[in-house]
Amino acid sequence: MALPQAKEDALAARLESLTKPASGGWLSLARGQAEARLHEMGLPGRRDEYWRWTNPTTLISPEVTPAAPYKPTDEAPAFDAIDRVKLVFVDGVFDAAASDDPAMAGVEISRLAEAGQTDVHWAREMYGLLEAQGQSPVKRPLAALNSAYATDGVLIRVTGKAEKPVHLVYYHESETSDAILHHCVRVEEGAEFTLLESGPAAARFNKVLEVEVADRASFHHIRTQGRDHERRAATHIFARLGTESRFKTFTVTANGVMTRNEVVVELTGDDALAHVAGAAMGDGDFHHDDTVFVTHDAERCESRQVFKKVLRNGAEGIFQGKILVQPGAQKTDGYQISQSLLLDDDSQFLAKPELEIYADDVSCSHGSTSGAIDDTALFYLRSRGVPEREAQSLLVLAFLAEALDEIEDEAISEDIRGRLEGWLSRRMA
Amino acid sequence: MAALDTPETEVREGVDRETVEAVQAMAGKYKYGWETEIEMDFAPKGLNEDIVRLISAKNEEPEWMTEWRLQAFRRWQQMEEPDWALLDIPMIDYQDQFYYAKPKSMEVKPKSLDEVDPKLLATYEKLGIPLKEQMILAGVEGAEEAQGDRRVAVDAVFDSVSVGTTFKEELKKAGVIFMPISEAIREYPDLVKKYLGSVVPQSDNFFATLNSAVFSDGSFVYIPEGVRCPMELSTYFRINAENTGQFERTLIIAEKGAYVSYLEGCTAPKRDTAQLHAAVVEIVVLEDAEVKYSTVQNWYPGDEEGKGGIYNFVTKRADCRGDRAKVMWTQVETGSAITWKYPSCILRGNESQGEFYSIAIANNMQQADTGTKMIHLGKNTRSRIVSKGISSGKAQNTYRGLVSMHPKAANGRNYTQCDSLLIGDKCGAHTVPYIEVKNNTSRVEHEATTSKVDDDQLFYCRSRGMDEEEAVALVVNGFCKEVLQALPMEFAMEAQSLVAISLEGSVG
Repeated sequence: MALPQAKEDALAARLESLTKPASGGWLSLARGQAEARLHEMGLPGRRDEYWRWTNPTTLISPEVTPAAPYKPTDEAPAFDAIDRVKLVFVDGVFDAAASDDPAMAGVEISRLAEAGQTDVHWAREMYGLLEAQGQSPVKRPLAALNSAYATDGVLIRVTGKAEKPVHLVYYHESETSDAILHHCVRVEEGAEFTLLESGPAAARFNKVLEVEVADRASFHHIRTQGRDHERRAATHIFARLGTESRFKTFTVTANGVMTRNEVVVELTGDDALAHVAGAAMGDGDFHHDDTVFVTHDAERCESRQVFKKVLRNGAEGIFQGKILVQPGAQKTDGYQISQSLLLDDDSQFLAKPELEIYADDVSCSHGSTSGAIDDTALFYLRSRGVPEREAQSLLVLAFLAEALDEIEDEAISEDIRGRLEGWLSRRMA
Repeated sequence: MAALDTPETEVREGVDRETVEAVQAMAGKYKYGWETEIEMDFAPKGLNEDIVRLISAKNEEPEWMTEWRLQAFRRWQQMEEPDWALLDIPMIDYQDQFYYAKPKSMEVKPKSLDEVDPKLLATYEKLGIPLKEQMILAGVEGAEEAQGDRRVAVDAVFDSVSVGTTFKEELKKAGVIFMPISEAIREYPDLVKKYLGSVVPQSDNFFATLNSAVFSDGSFVYIPEGVRCPMELSTYFRINAENTGQFERTLIIAEKGAYVSYLEGCTAPKRDTAQLHAAVVEIVVLEDAEVKYSTVQNWYPGDEEGKGGIYNFVTKRADCRGDRAKVMWTQVETGSAITWKYPSCILRGNESQGEFYSIAIANNMQQADTGTKMIHLGKNTRSRIVSKGISSGKAQNTYRGLVSMHPKAANGRNYTQCDSLLIGDKCGAHTVPYIEVKNNTSRVEHEATTSKVDDDQLFYCRSRGMDEEEAVALVVNGFCKEVLQALPMEFAMEAQSLVAISLEGSVG
């Protein structure tokens, strides 16, 4: 079907502002296929149902809206206390000097910009494939654009139990940077791996992370979406899970005028487990959209979606979550909760928690709530001598706890908690 | 069935004998699947401005009404059929339908039962409407005095035309107007003109716009200030003729402090070809008024292979315009091949309240996409949604709803509960709620669960000597209890038995 003229024009304008990076055989093929997908669907528009509450204009415009980089002075760099392999990108460009040596037993790491030039690479069996699969039943054009135009990224293959996490650090230095990165992670059978991400990356950031978790493998992902308040980001995670595998992802977002995080998980092996969680703290000009799509296509799998948002001064929080249970995916256990705490009258929470179920022996539930801080709880704490500000912070942290509990590693959990407390003490003054 | 032979009135805990008998009496496949061969007066097939004019002329409508319809028709021609619902709707040829059909015998009002077309009478008998009421429905003069003490006023709509309204006189004494909307347009043009299209605008959506252009009849209810309607009002819709679309329009106005409970029932004959039903219901609720609207929708659902059945595309909306206005929608949706229906509440007045209770059962090849919208605009407004969806066979059942708290709707409160029950592994149950909260004094809660019929409960029932189908019906009735309790008593009975019938063939 031909696209409406307005969509054709928007796509042409956007592509004109991009240059496709030169790449060798396998990558150029994958890029070509992604571009064909993109031309079929066009870029997201304001009238698209999937973009009902998030205006994609600034995410698809040819020009980047300038964003002032944040100078980190009063905050410790993320995950600094954790022994990890750091790989640094500045405005989407790999910074070898600032990065650690990626050599690690059981983990093979290469850069997309280099591996893409070779004729043979394991990632050719993966790059863009999960993204392509994730285009149905809902179109995700920004991810197809990413597969076609990503300038770099890391390709990680894990064959054993990785001794330490890999940490992707994204710095933002130029006011008009427009970064497109694409990562692939393959955790082989029985292997274990943790990926950390932090930083705003660019004035505008488009990122895709494709993750294949093989049978009995385990993948853990924690990210903090940087302190730059003016940055914009559209990110996608596409994950495919094998038998008895484990997949956990947690995101904390405390800044950014525009964030759209999509997570697309497919449970294809029996007894797999997927947990997708997020905590967002928004103040003022802040729009944060979590869009999650979990597909159960095997028996006895468990999925959890836990999303919490704290909003004030006109911040907007969006949650679009879906559990799709395919025919035959019996004994599915699906759970989804989305909650918002509105600290004042100007903020909004918009949610669409969906269930689509085609198997009968399942137990699926979802809940969604929105409201202000509980006056009774606040009064109780005040009556026990806790100052008002502290009492509020305590209640906000308690509200976020269910999402934070999804972080397994204690040191990482502490790091994130400290970050949230820092935000609260700065913002709740 | 030994348990049923015992003389006790209560057969099982919570289920009295009468209920069981009613269920048994109604057992069998779709009970209303017959067709009455009555000479009909059809307008030519197809839809164009002339047909719209013809419908208007047949109803002897004033010029403004004709214009209003034509405006809607012109808008409709530029609109596209909506495709966002989780429904697989076959192509509908809007030109291959009759838009107007009227029993010929209604042209001259009969003087006694003997003059009434016996086939029409037989129709009512089959529908289970008592004889005295049949007289009234058939339009026999003087029949109303002969009424017993059953206190439900009935308006029956046969294909396109209202064939009779009972209790007109007594209602008139109370100041209540209850009549076919075709008559109201002629007799109370000011009221109709003021309120028609004020809740569901002419071009609200594709099907409502079509209805605005071609609606042939429906009910009109006006409850004056401070009046509590002395009896329940009921409309009975039946599609009889083949290839006929039914487009009824209901307009209910409850003035300050008024109260009315309104019941709606629908059936249609079995046919191999699908038939279209696109109704609009508008309710205006003013200060301190309360309207209860209950529906038992039992249109022909099509056969096991999905052949035939009614496409039920309905727009229902209530506007709580005054403070402390209250509206309650209760629906039992068991029929129709395809259901597309979202009874909504606009809570404009401060402290106004909206409630929505729904049971939607989809069996065999049925598809249902139904739910509600609660639009909170006024302060301290409250709404409650309880939806029970049951899927069986190869059916697809979707709850789709919107709860919206506007920035000025301070202290709004919503509670939503959507439960789905799956019987068999070939059906689907889906939940698509939209939640929009734009102030922080409002509290919105949404819960949904999906599960299958509990094996333990089934086993318990079976161990007490029930057969499997009976046990499933009982468990499902229990699952629906909260909604069944919201129905007026007589309707609750009918609904309970419908639940059992609708699930027939869903086990084993």
